[in-house]
Amino acid sequence: MGLELTKDDRDMLDGKYGKSAKKAMEIITALGEIYGAKRLISVSSVQIAGVSYHNLGEAGLEYLSDMAEDGQTRVLTTLNPAGMDLTEWKKHGISERFAKNQGRVVEAFLKMGVIATCTCTPYLIGNLPHYGEHIAWAESSAVCFANSVIGAMTNREGGPSALASALTGRTAEYGFHLQENRVAQVRYDVEARMENTDDFGLLGQVIGTRTKKAIPYITGVANATTEQLKSFCASVATYGGVALFHMEGLTPNRTLVPDKTEVITQDELDAARSELDDTDAEIDFISVGCPHASIKEIGEIAKMLEGKKVAKEKTVWITTAKPTKDLAVKMGYYDTIEKAGAFLVSDACCAVAPLKGRFKGLLTDSAKACFYARGKNSFKTKIRTIEECIKEAIA
Amino acid sequence: MSKFEGRKIYKGRAEGEALVTSEDISFYGGCEPDTGVIVEKGHELEGKSVAGKILVFPSGKGSTVGSYVLFALKKAGLAPLAIVNKETDPVVAVGSIISEIPTIDHIDVSKIKTGQKLVVDAGLGVVSIVE
Repeated sequence: MGLELTKDDRDMLDGKYGKSAKKAMEIITALGEIYGAKRLISVSSVQIAGVSYHNLGEAGLEYLSDMAEDGQTRVLTTLNPAGMDLTEWKKHGISERFAKNQGRVVEAFLKMGVIATCTCTPYLIGNLPHYGEHIAWAESSAVCFANSVIGAMTNREGGPSALASALTGRTAEYGFHLQENRVAQVRYDVEARMENTDDFGLLGQVIGTRTKKAIPYITGVANATTEQLKSFCASVATYGGVALFHMEGLTPNRTLVPDKTEVITQDELDAARSELDDTDAEIDFISVGCPHASIKEIGEIAKMLEGKKVAKEKTVWITTAKPTKDLAVKMGYYDTIEKAGAFLVSDACCAVAPLKGRFKGLLTDSAKACFYARGKNSFKTKIRTIEECIKEAIA
Repeated sequence: MSKFEGRKIYKGRAEGEALVTSEDISFYGGCEPDTGVIVEKGHELEGKSVAGKILVFPSGKGSTVGSYVLFALKKAGLAPLAIVNKETDPVVAVGSIISEIPTIDHIDVSKIKTGQKLVVDAGLGVVSIVE
């Protein structure tokens, strides 16, 4: 084979570290050969997708249980969202049966030494690589954030290949691990107003749809918060499969600037909004936190809900990571939100929870959430700012 | 007897009948894990079961959860005996490895017809048409 292996790599492949490490190394070397990698490299951080029992099913769980027999993580590894809040699931209307199966999935990961807190924003809760660091992440929005905003280097891994990197500490050197594949290909000049997370989601939708996999170089965005960038990442990865972008003055990677320039107008952003706004949407579900809400966003939402009451016929989910929820409890945000009749849901989100049939229409600030609400749950959708979402909830 | 040489994705030997399509397959959403039947609307193999066949197709497509569908098929005894591709994509490659399905690629799949009897020796990277 053309793939150069170290002694340690070969020992894993020969089964000297057990059968799970062997299987993991088989996956990594096969991917390396398919993509023409010359060698394997070490990764310092892993994010695993395929955690919701809703997506995994019994077979996926069986695979994880097999790997957990003798598999142990070699590097810091965190998990994508699960199908439910791992502690407060009952009050969110999740069935006993689903909860039991979801618990078995988390158990299997725990046994392997995975940090079993479930979030799509690992970079907000302590799995934060630095610029130039090689990592193996699944979860398309986090991949895009890590490559683009942080400047770490990762391919778009799937569930089993990310787990394989966790158990070996290795990945094949191809794709976004190589500098030559990280150069911008198309320049997009944004002439639209960029104010809130929903605007950034819509921009991601427009650029993602247009650019597909071509690496964008974006100009005309004067500044952006971490929350706005995470919204953009989720959307551009969902609608275009983008794993890396450059945003002038905001992202750290160096690149040549492409000659080919396309303009993004306000009209296009407005058209994207109309596309996600179903005129006949009957809103009975409001969800903020796709990707998972930051403590700053939760604090702002708590302020808006202070002393207010969510309308009887509406359900509100603010979704976040468990460590962020714990912080929200400490800050009193949790009490304020729950007293108003909204739920602060950890570990899960509206895209991976088993919600089909429970609601008719979703109002959210996330373009990605709209995509999955329509595709997986057949909900009608509407996209607005967080403030407008909360106003609608208490109207 | 025609013989084609390709590249090993996952080792193993299998003998059986070919089920061939010129279209890519998405296992997640496109193939039922509890029957092995291709259910993608309008697919050339729609309504056909991959169980016990040597499945010959250009490449995989779609969600990475597809790897787990191949694993589910294997556990249910409904997996293909072997997979022959033009270019194996990562979803199918990972699925074959975790499910231990002999798989080779770099094969001109248009040379193989449904119903032909094949021998696949994935370790050697060889597929032969025996009848």
